[in-house]
Amino acid sequence: MKNWRAWIGQAVLYGLFALFIGVFSHWPHYQALPAGQAVLKVSFIHHGQRVEPCRPYSAEELAKLPPNMRTPLKCERERVPVAIEVDLDGATVYRHVAQPSGLSRDGASTVYHRVAVPAGEHRITVRLRDGPGTAFGYTRDTTLRLKEAQVLVIDFDAQKGGITLT
Amino acid sequence: MRRWVLALDHRFDAAFGAAANPLKQLGALAFLLLWLLALSGIVLYALLDTSAEGAYRSIEELSREPGSLGSALRGLHRYGSDAFVLVTLLHLLREWALGHHAGFRAWSWLTGVLLLPLAYASAIGGFWIHWDRLGQFSAIATAEWLDALPFLGAPLARNFLQGGVSDRLFSLFVFVHLGLPLLLVFACWAHVQRISRAAVFPRRGVAVGTTTLLLALALAVPVRGQGPADLGNAPQQLSFDWLLLFLHPLVDATSAEFAWALLAAVLAALLALPLVRARPAPPVAVVDPANCNGCGRCADDCPYAAITLVPHPRRRAGVQLAQVKTQLCASCGICAGACPSSTPFRKTQAFVTGIDMPQGPVVQLRERLQQGLAAGRRRVVFGCDHGARVDTLQAPSVLALSLPCVANLPPSFVEYALRQGASEVVVAGCREGGCEYRLGPQWMAQRLQGVREPHLRPSVPARWRTVWADAGEEARLREAMETPS
Repeated sequence: MKNWRAWIGQAVLYGLFALFIGVFSHWPHYQALPAGQAVLKVSFIHHGQRVEPCRPYSAEELAKLPPNMRTPLKCERERVPVAIEVDLDGATVYRHVAQPSGLSRDGASTVYHRVAVPAGEHRITVRLRDGPGTAFGYTRDTTLRLKEAQVLVIDFDAQKGGITLT
Repeated sequence: MRRWVLALDHRFDAAFGAAANPLKQLGALAFLLLWLLALSGIVLYALLDTSAEGAYRSIEELSREPGSLGSALRGLHRYGSDAFVLVTLLHLLREWALGHHAGFRAWSWLTGVLLLPLAYASAIGGFWIHWDRLGQFSAIATAEWLDALPFLGAPLARNFLQGGVSDRLFSLFVFVHLGLPLLLVFACWAHVQRISRAAVFPRRGVAVGTTTLLLALALAVPVRGQGPADLGNAPQQLSFDWLLLFLHPLVDATSAEFAWALLAAVLAALLALPLVRARPAPPVAVVDPANCNGCGRCADDCPYAAITLVPHPRRRAGVQLAQVKTQLCASCGICAGACPSSTPFRKTQAFVTGIDMPQGPVVQLRERLQQGLAAGRRRVVFGCDHGARVDTLQAPSVLALSLPCVANLPPSFVEYALRQGASEVVVAGCREGGCEYRLGPQWMAQRLQGVREPHLRPSVPARWRTVWADAGEEARLREAMETPS
């Protein structure tokens, strides 16, 4: 009798272990993105312009340099932070100033930001500034329809004309 | 806390038996699961198309038919990893509840804590190389979480923007899921370095039961893909493995920074636990070179590999001497019980054994035994400080002698007590698998059965017996005492 009880006890405990694993390996479902939503991903890797524009070396400066380092232009390393603003239907949903990377602030500015927005038709305006001053050098204004769960990537590619939406 | 663990142990003992109780072998069970994961993983990897395009298709083709071998294999791998996480966490909780996190156990505790993030990182990569919607979600969520660290240059999450994942990045996924588990095996080896005879495989019954259970689960609830990854569309509702992927909802509900801070705080707290000691460490075993003949029984019996043998400085070449590594010594006294010089029949002027505990030397035990017997206490009970308290048995006829561990008792003391006039000798230790020092009752039982040195001589009158009872089971001990042998 005691043996039977032990076997039943084992079966129950093994069963509970299996139940725990079986249930929490699948359930409850996780709503990674709410229904009726799309995703905007704002991301770029872009070097801002130099803080000081390149200029020719003076003859005196050139003379001070070792012969192998005499280049025509003197360029400071530091770069300008890159600023981006994204408006959705007139309201700003993302605004960020990306600092240049590197100890000398001479690397690329990088951005990655994800924001969920309602699916449907939207007017999207993107402004990007990569030079000194307050004016945005690049602007993209477009109206498009976002399907549910669609991922729209806002990137920057100077070779493709600047701000890209894919 | 310790009392609750023991109470739970006793419930499980009733179902599984003390030896096969899975709660007492959670570490060994985790090893079994690791072996199962390695075996099923090797087969799955052989069948996996390791390209970003082909991975999903190859796994789905393998496990398309419910009840097929491929489906069982996939389920075994997935549920095995879930079970591994669960068992590892239970192992950690149990050791903490039993106070096994400081002193000579600090190394095992610290390496065990560091195994947790490694195990997690090893497991999570498995979702990525399947590259379905869940894998897509997990890979992107992990990349976004890592991007919150300040020292990373370009955001990792940019690898998942549009146009699919490159095979090169996919190779990194494969490396994460293959390389980290290899590192995990190495880390597990380091984890058990400071214990001797580490159990890296559970009792056969538990191993068979657990494997059968996971296979049955794999066949009953097959693991299914959730559609191929599509970076142009974000996953919405996902069938979710909360045991392995709980981090992602946590980050979503709070922030990546909060999740990092929480992880750092939890790890720091766990790693700092060895600094918290409830009581000072007792004195460690001391070797007496004049009485140590270098037989090595103490080194063989030490549960924590705290004793090594070195050349004896005063004797001829080839004779060895036991040496105690003080930081590893548990002060259990099992070594003193194993020493052949600990026999109370010795007639030397000063009874000094080869290795002994300063807080309770064998000479003191012999004196207490002699005094008790001289006072008419003829029923002798040798007990364990961590088991059922033998001092609760005190009666005019009972002499109760408690030791740090039951295996601290040299078996010849049983014969000595009977020869000196004891009517009965009871050796009481913890239940099987419940020893504070892992191997005490096992060694003691073997010594008394004559299958381990030093053994109890077979000619000793059968007026002795053993009782295996944990702390809190004094009534059981008392009941055993009242039952005629």
